[in-house]
Amino acid sequence: MISPSRWLPFEKPLQEIEEQIGQLETLTVTHGIDRSDKINELRKRHAILSRQIFTNLSAWDNTQMARHPNRPQTLDYVRLLCEDFIELHGDRRFGDDPAIIAGIARLSGQPVMVIGHQKGRDVKERQLRNFGYARPEGYRKAMRVLELAERRRIPVISFVDTPAAEARVEAEERGISEAIASSMALMSQLRTPIFVTIIGEGGSGGAIGIAVGDYITMLEHAIYSVIPPEGCAAIMETFGRDGGRGSEAATALKLTAADNLRLGTIDEVIPEPLGGAHRNLPETATSIRTTILRVLPTLLSLPPEELVARRYARLRRIGQPT
Amino acid sequence: MHDASRPRMRQDDGIPAQVTPAGIPAGLWEKCPKCRAMLYVKELARNLRVCDKCQHHFQLSSDERLTLLVDPGCFMEIDAELSAIDPLQFPDYAQKLAAACKKTGMKEAFRYGDAEVVGIPVVFGVADFAFIAGSMSTIVGEKVTRALERGAELGRPVVLVATSGGARMQEGILSLMQMAKTSAAVARLKAAGQFYIVIMTDPTYAGVLASFASLGDIIIAEPGTRIGFASPRMIEQNLKSKMPASTQSAESQLSHGMIDMVVHRRELRSILGKLLEYLTPAENAVISEQ
Repeated sequence: MISPSRWLPFEKPLQEIEEQIGQLETLTVTHGIDRSDKINELRKRHAILSRQIFTNLSAWDNTQMARHPNRPQTLDYVRLLCEDFIELHGDRRFGDDPAIIAGIARLSGQPVMVIGHQKGRDVKERQLRNFGYARPEGYRKAMRVLELAERRRIPVISFVDTPAAEARVEAEERGISEAIASSMALMSQLRTPIFVTIIGEGGSGGAIGIAVGDYITMLEHAIYSVIPPEGCAAIMETFGRDGGRGSEAATALKLTAADNLRLGTIDEVIPEPLGGAHRNLPETATSIRTTILRVLPTLLSLPPEELVARRYARLRRIGQPT
Repeated sequence: MHDASRPRMRQDDGIPAQVTPAGIPAGLWEKCPKCRAMLYVKELARNLRVCDKCQHHFQLSSDERLTLLVDPGCFMEIDAELSAIDPLQFPDYAQKLAAACKKTGMKEAFRYGDAEVVGIPVVFGVADFAFIAGSMSTIVGEKVTRALERGAELGRPVVLVATSGGARMQEGILSLMQMAKTSAAVARLKAAGQFYIVIMTDPTYAGVLASFASLGDIIIAEPGTRIGFASPRMIEQNLKSKMPASTQSAESQLSHGMIDMVVHRRELRSILGKLLEYLTPAENAVISEQ
C-alpha cells in the first residue's frame, strides 16, 4: 500500500478502493466478520479501473509517474539485476559526484560496466546526490569507467534518471558543457556495446550525456525531453509564459516513451507492471533483464568497427530530412 | 541578406535604437547596447561592428561573418536549400518559422560550405542568431553534422562559428538528439586525423555549448561573449541561485580552462589563418638549418 501522500491525482479512484479494502480487511481481523465477497468485488473493480487509468495516461500523467517519489532508481535495479556490484568513484580531476554511480557488476554471469543517475531516496541521500542533478565530475567519472570497459571489451549498461544536469556557478566553472559534450563524443566511438534504459526522467542534456548507445530503451512511464514541461510552458508565449500550463507543454513536446518510439529516438519501450514500476520492482527488473539478455548477445558478436559504424548510422537516421 | 544600415532593435533601456540626435534621419545611427554611445552606422561598419568607445562586439549576421573570415569570393555554400521542418507539429511553430524566414531571408539558423581561409581549403560553417536565436533544430544539427562529415571525407579542417540560445524547443527530443549527433560527428572527424576550430560568438548557450561547440580542438571567443550552460531564460525560470554575469563570459571561461583564447574581432582572421597554416603542414616541409 502506498502511503496517502504519495498518490498521484489520477490514482484517486484506486486510492479510494484500496482504502475501502483496507477497512474491510481490518474488520475481518478485529471483529471476525467475513467480508471476502465484498473485498473480491472491490479487487475486481480495482483491476478494471487500473487498466483503464494506466493505459490512458496523458503526457503529464506520465511525467508525474516518472517523478513518483516511490519510483525505483538505478541502484534499486542494480541490486536486483546484478550478482555483484563493485562501485567505482572519482574522476581523477576534481572529485566524486554521487549523482552518477559507476561500477563493475555481473548480470546473469556476464561482466558489465554500469553507469547511471541516482536521485536518492530520503532527504539525506537526496542532498548527498544533489537530487540527481549531475555535476561535471559525474560525467568525467562515467568517461573514465567507460574507457576501461572499452579496453576490456565489457558491455556498458546505462540507467538514465535525472531532472537535468547541474547548471549553477560551480558546474559552469568546472565545465559542465564540456563534460556532457565529451561524454557523448566518447560514447559514440566506444568499441564495446552500450545498452541504455531511461528509467525515470530523461531530463535534457543531463540525460543524453550518458544516453548515447547501441540500443536505447525507455520504461513505459518514463519521459525523455529537451526541456522540463513546466520550464517549456514558463518560457513560451504559446503557453502564456505560464509554468502552470506544463500539462499542455508535455503533450506538445511528445516526451512519453510511446512518443519517443514513434519518433525513432528510442528502440523499445519496456512495459511496467500495471500502476507503475514502484508497484512491483522485481517484475520491472525482470523485464529490463529480459530485454538486455535478448539484445546484448548480438551486439557482443559484432566486430568493434561494425558496432561503432552501426551506432553512428542509427544516430544519423533519427529525424533525417526525407 | 542582412542590411547593415538598418539597426537592430536592442531596447535595453526602453529607448528605440532608431532615436537619433535632432535633425538627422533615422537609420544612420546605432546605439551601443553596452555603453549607450550613439555610433555612426558607416563608421561602425568600418570598425567591423565593434563599438570604438567600449569595444562591445555587436552580433554579426552569417553573411558578415563570412566576409570577415573567409577569403573573398571563396565560400561555396552547400545544402542551402535545406529548410526548417516541424516534426512534432508543435503549436504556433509553423507560423514562427514562416516569420523567421521572411524576416531573415534564411531557411534555417546555420549555413556551411567549402571555403578558403588564407588560401587553405576548409569546411566552414556559421550560425546566425537572427533566425530564432540561432537555436539548434533538426536541420541545424543535420547541417553541422554534414559539415563535420565533409571535413572527415575530404580530409579538411572544419571551422565553425557558433552562436545560439540553445536547443529549439519546438522540435522537442529531436532537437536534443542533435547534441549527440553533432558530438559524434566531431569524434569521427578527429578519428579521421583532422582538426576542428570553434569560434564562439555572443551568445553561445546550452545545448550547442554542451555539444559540438565545446569540442573544438581550439576554441576562440570574441571579448565579452556570453557563454554558458544555463541560458538567461532558464536561469530566470529554474535556477534558485544567482548566476553572476561574469561567470558566463568568455573571459571567465578562459580563466577556468574551457577555451583557448579571447580574440578581438580585428585579429580573428589573422589568428585563424595562422592556426590553419601551422596545423596544416605542407607535405614536403623541411626544417632548414637557418
